[in-house]
Amino acid sequence: MNKAKINKLLNRVPIHVIVILTLIIWIVPTVGLLVTSLRPPEAVRSTGWWTVFASQDASAPYTQSCAECHGADGAALPQANLTDPDLIAKYPRSLQLLAMLRKDINGQPHMGAKPLPSAQEAADIAAYLTQGNQTESRFTMNNYIDALVGYRGDNNYRADCAAGTQPPDLKCNLSDILNPRGMGRAFVNSLLVTIPATFIPILFAALAGYAFAWLDFKGRFLLFAILVGLQVVPLQMTLVPISRFYAQTGLNGTFLGVWLFHTGFGMPYAIYLMRNFLGTLPRDLFESAYLDGASHWTAFRQLAIPLAMPAIASLGIFQFLWVWNDLLVALVFLGGTTPVMTYQISNMVTSLGSGWQVLTAAAFLSMLLPMIVFFSLQRYFVRGMLAGAVKG
Amino acid sequence: MAAPKKKIKKTSAAPAPQIMKQGALAPWLYLLPALVVMSFFIVYPMINTIGLSFENRDGTASAATTCIEGQSCWGIFENYHYALTAEFNTGSPLAFWNSFWSSSYGNTIKWIVVMVFGTVAVGLGFAVFADRVKYEALAKAIIFMPMAISFVGAGVIWKFVYDYGTQQSQIGLLNAIITSFGGKPIAWLSTIPINTFMIILVGIWIWSGFCMTILAAALKSVPDEILEAARVDGATEWTVFWKIMVPIILPTITVVVTTMVINVLKLFDLVYVMTGGNFQTDVIANRMYTEMYKNFNVGRGTAVAVVLVLAIIPFIYLNIKRFMEQEATR
Repeated sequence: MNKAKINKLLNRVPIHVIVILTLIIWIVPTVGLLVTSLRPPEAVRSTGWWTVFASQDASAPYTQSCAECHGADGAALPQANLTDPDLIAKYPRSLQLLAMLRKDINGQPHMGAKPLPSAQEAADIAAYLTQGNQTESRFTMNNYIDALVGYRGDNNYRADCAAGTQPPDLKCNLSDILNPRGMGRAFVNSLLVTIPATFIPILFAALAGYAFAWLDFKGRFLLFAILVGLQVVPLQMTLVPISRFYAQTGLNGTFLGVWLFHTGFGMPYAIYLMRNFLGTLPRDLFESAYLDGASHWTAFRQLAIPLAMPAIASLGIFQFLWVWNDLLVALVFLGGTTPVMTYQISNMVTSLGSGWQVLTAAAFLSMLLPMIVFFSLQRYFVRGMLAGAVKG
Repeated sequence: MAAPKKKIKKTSAAPAPQIMKQGALAPWLYLLPALVVMSFFIVYPMINTIGLSFENRDGTASAATTCIEGQSCWGIFENYHYALTAEFNTGSPLAFWNSFWSSSYGNTIKWIVVMVFGTVAVGLGFAVFADRVKYEALAKAIIFMPMAISFVGAGVIWKFVYDYGTQQSQIGLLNAIITSFGGKPIAWLSTIPINTFMIILVGIWIWSGFCMTILAAALKSVPDEILEAARVDGATEWTVFWKIMVPIILPTITVVVTTMVINVLKLFDLVYVMTGGNFQTDVIANRMYTEMYKNFNVGRGTAVAVVLVLAIIPFIYLNIKRFMEQEATR
């Protein structure tokens, strides 16, 4: 019996291996983003993010390759004193050790008869030596501050402000959080776009969904079938006329324009979901309400809406994530005048104005709210997806 | 007119009973806001887009006026002439094939084939495997998580994984793995045959969770007795999967595949963020953006949009047909 149990366990090993391997592939890139966003710029530029988990052991390759001549902490380096902070600041990239180690010193190979460390070891040693000088700076929140205020200099916001050398668009007070180039402002803009663009469609869809589910009118089925077809119309098909219309009416770059566009485009799916859900509510409920003299309006407000809360939650999450994560609509109708988070990040990517550390911090900031919404309300999200179809 | 009316009687699920009768106007009041925004933001622009696609770059004259003398011209269809042929080199069959395969059309086909196959395969495979472990909920949440992230965020995440350093130490994970095995680092996003596939991989990473969730729900509805009976009769897991599970959930797989094809056709953000359509990674959806908002050519931009919609029309039809069938069985 015990043997059978072990056999059964062994049979399941491949399943666990496959599942866990897939999970690792799925989650590691995001972990890399998070870790990078917390590392100081020099470290991000010179070593991979995974070295933060191993860099304490980098003392081993150092001891093995260098300590004999240069002392236990590198302090005894004859020509290049790696503990000198000025030197480090001046030559951050020459801490890519391998090139230096390949050079001859006094006509002799740098390392004598010793084998050169591998590229990875050299990088570890470099990281070890750099960190030896900046002990507490393996992680930093500076990238997030830089991303929030839209700092695009060579140093970082806090250091620049302390030295009074900040770029002219920054004032080094609280108002910087609303700098149009920063993620702080973009976060506010994203909220201002997303909240109404989530509520208005839900309201309209609830009304229309009620009509489709419980009211009788000519062409009900045909209209609904058209709606189902409209669900898959691509956004691209409608952008041009709307942007021409907005340009004429001055709606370009306004929140109202984006709310309306998202409302229009969210409608077919939202109505579809609401109607299907409302249609499954027990008929007796509505019948007895009408018998008691309730009007349709009362039944809608006091019966349909409270009972449809699960569907409204699904719909809300869907529409929220859709609008929050949208780039195309924001790009076309808001652009740089009222940048939202996705726009700001795509701009950072294409202009390459800032390093990976700020870009990753910005990306993580933009993912924060959707992640919270997703993990706390996952149930409704899945339910909405199973009930619905396609969108956008 | 008569045919759909007949269908209403037959298929409409819940004809309102007499007691719920209301005025003829009331339903339209409930529908009004939705119908107004939809007509204005979907129906009217669609018609307008078709009209604009026959006009010149700022919509002021017919597209025929943009023809260049001495070159072949499709008259009023000149924008379609451009949209459908500009990327192709018709010098020789081989040159045509090469230019087609690296054009936005060829790339869109690569996207459809690889991404739809990839997401459905990963989604179905993971749904089957995750069903057998105790941490199923957590595992599914992790695979599903990228759905909550924007394409832009995902683009940044993977651009960093694909980072190509000119120095000896690679900070991009993929190149670091390759160099640690002694290989040469690769510029993933600008090396031409592979770069499109590297972006498609990101798409698979994002959308597999969607396929998994829907397919897992379908798998759960497969009756256990059938599976057990087959196993008792000595069927291997492989046979059970291919001969029982897959045929039973085939309708769901079809739905997932069509949904994914539509999603892929419309996909714009990933290409825009990761390469901007450069290095021969362009797709139709991004080309429409380029024509319209970078080259500011209304006629050509809308023509590309119409081509995109023509590709989607079969799926609109399928969607409606599926809905009709669902209603009939409600």
